[in-house]
Amino acid sequence: MKFRLLNFSRQLALTLLVIWTVVSLVTLLIELVPGDPATTILGETATAEQIANFNQKHGLDRPAFFFSYDAANGFEWNGANNRYVDYWIGLVQGDLGTSFRTERPVLGMILERYPSTIMLAIVSMIIAVCIAIPLGVLAGTNKNTLIDNAASFVALLGISLPTFVIGPFLVYFFAVKYRVFAATGSANPEDIVLPAVTLGAALSAILTRMVRSSVIEELGEDYVRTARAKGLSERKVVYKHVLKNGLIPVVTILGLQLGVLLAGAIITEKIFNWQGLGLLLLDDGIGKRDYRLVQGCVLVISVTYILANTLTDLVYRRLDPRIRIS
Amino acid sequence: MNRLTYLGIAVALLFIIVALFAPLIATHEVTAQNLAMRYAAPSAEHWFGTDSLGRDVFSRVIFGARISLQVGITVVVVSTIIGTILGAIAGFYGGFVDKFLSGYVFNVFLAFPGLLLAIALVAFLGAGLGKLILALCIIGWVGYARVIRGQVLKVREYDFVQAARALGASNRRILFTHILPNAIQPLIVQASLGMAGAVLSEASLSFLGLGIPPPAPSWGTMIEEARGLDILYNAPHVLFFPGFAIALTVLAFNFIGDGLREYLDPKQRKR
Repeated sequence: MKFRLLNFSRQLALTLLVIWTVVSLVTLLIELVPGDPATTILGETATAEQIANFNQKHGLDRPAFFFSYDAANGFEWNGANNRYVDYWIGLVQGDLGTSFRTERPVLGMILERYPSTIMLAIVSMIIAVCIAIPLGVLAGTNKNTLIDNAASFVALLGISLPTFVIGPFLVYFFAVKYRVFAATGSANPEDIVLPAVTLGAALSAILTRMVRSSVIEELGEDYVRTARAKGLSERKVVYKHVLKNGLIPVVTILGLQLGVLLAGAIITEKIFNWQGLGLLLLDDGIGKRDYRLVQGCVLVISVTYILANTLTDLVYRRLDPRIRIS
Repeated sequence: MNRLTYLGIAVALLFIIVALFAPLIATHEVTAQNLAMRYAAPSAEHWFGTDSLGRDVFSRVIFGARISLQVGITVVVVSTIIGTILGAIAGFYGGFVDKFLSGYVFNVFLAFPGLLLAIALVAFLGAGLGKLILALCIIGWVGYARVIRGQVLKVREYDFVQAARALGASNRRILFTHILPNAIQPLIVQASLGMAGAVLSEASLSFLGLGIPPPAPSWGTMIEEARGLDILYNAPHVLFFPGFAIALTVLAFNFIGDGLREYLDPKQRKR
């Protein structure tokens, strides 16, 4: 118990360290903007006074980091009076800054949209798992048969067809031709079906391949021979022994894929005009060059992903005692 | 190797040849517009029809292969090399090295999904082929490193590794001669998916208008231009051909990965 607690607190410390690094990177990303953000936002015709006001309002007139360097003055120490510290102070107080365009708090804008994206990602994941596990087991236990080839082909098709090809085709068939669902938007509960299937298609295909490979690999292990020699039914061998071990890489992939889903949701949200975080990042953030909003969106998606990774690791350790012991 | 693997190799080779010799294969100038011939159906003159500006879709798909393969191959090669080295070091040496690499460095890089970092970089830095490849490499290697680390952790406990150690083999010999050859099968699957992923990422960014700027004939840009409902209804070929090209390229690399995986694993070959 003590050992586990120690492990958990170590994991927590590492997670915090990773979050610190990511926040730092995201904070400093704004320094990559070629030229001056104020000119980009206000346009070339902005007066010097307008630019100065804008910079002051958003703290952009202060130094970027603890030290700065330019060819004329060399290294200069700025102390704690810098934007990096400002961002951290704001973050600790639950403030992601103010939008450059709307002047609304970025956190509020994100919280309005994030539930839609999370719901979309979760529904996609459920659809993907429900398809992948039975299909993967079926293919793995019937290796090199017609069933395996058919299942593998469907999975490969899912991987090969990108979201932005599947999406428009689904819209064409189910919204334009047969009018079963709306082409875009998120007004009705059933409107989630097309975006979720679009977003989950690739994941279900990847998972099917993983489950198939795992089942095939595990079926070659000694313990399977032992289980069969004990007289266990093939069903029990597969579902009680093989699948438990075979699911370890699948759990890892699922955890890793959550971030991919959240990022992938950007495309799906664009296709279906789904009012989530992705569309906020794309249209309001990048489209309008609202860098503060882009920072906030990237940060929130990344932190969600880190937490998902930590959880993946904990589940991974739980499932495979060999890793826990080592 | 099975027939599908050979099919994959054939298609991949075809794409590489098409990409290399695109100017010789294309029937029209990629950027040449002909507004009188907008959305023309496939014909003897325009094999894949024409798009919204009357440009020849066949020639644009051919040149699109060049962009996709350039991005894909660069990203996979660089990512695999970096990922294998760092993953093997983390898994083999364990202890502090592993804690630093897998616990800290890997997690930091995994914290950014590739597409999101690419989007973020493009948002702050501006679009361009070089920046796109850089972003995908920066993020791509960590997937390979994680897979290799997991495999090395497993393989290093096997009896034959202990036997090699008992016989006095050096760490380098154990890692490169005994562990890595037994740890790379999942890496091949990862590399094949990685190739597909890189091609898709490039197309995705171009689809979002954040990749290679028009009029460059990226497959993603072509699909974005074709997804309007009326276009989809009246001229689906504009969406179909670039979509088919992406699917075919990705399928080919998946077939190769699958085939090589089975070929390299004697345990699976026997059964």
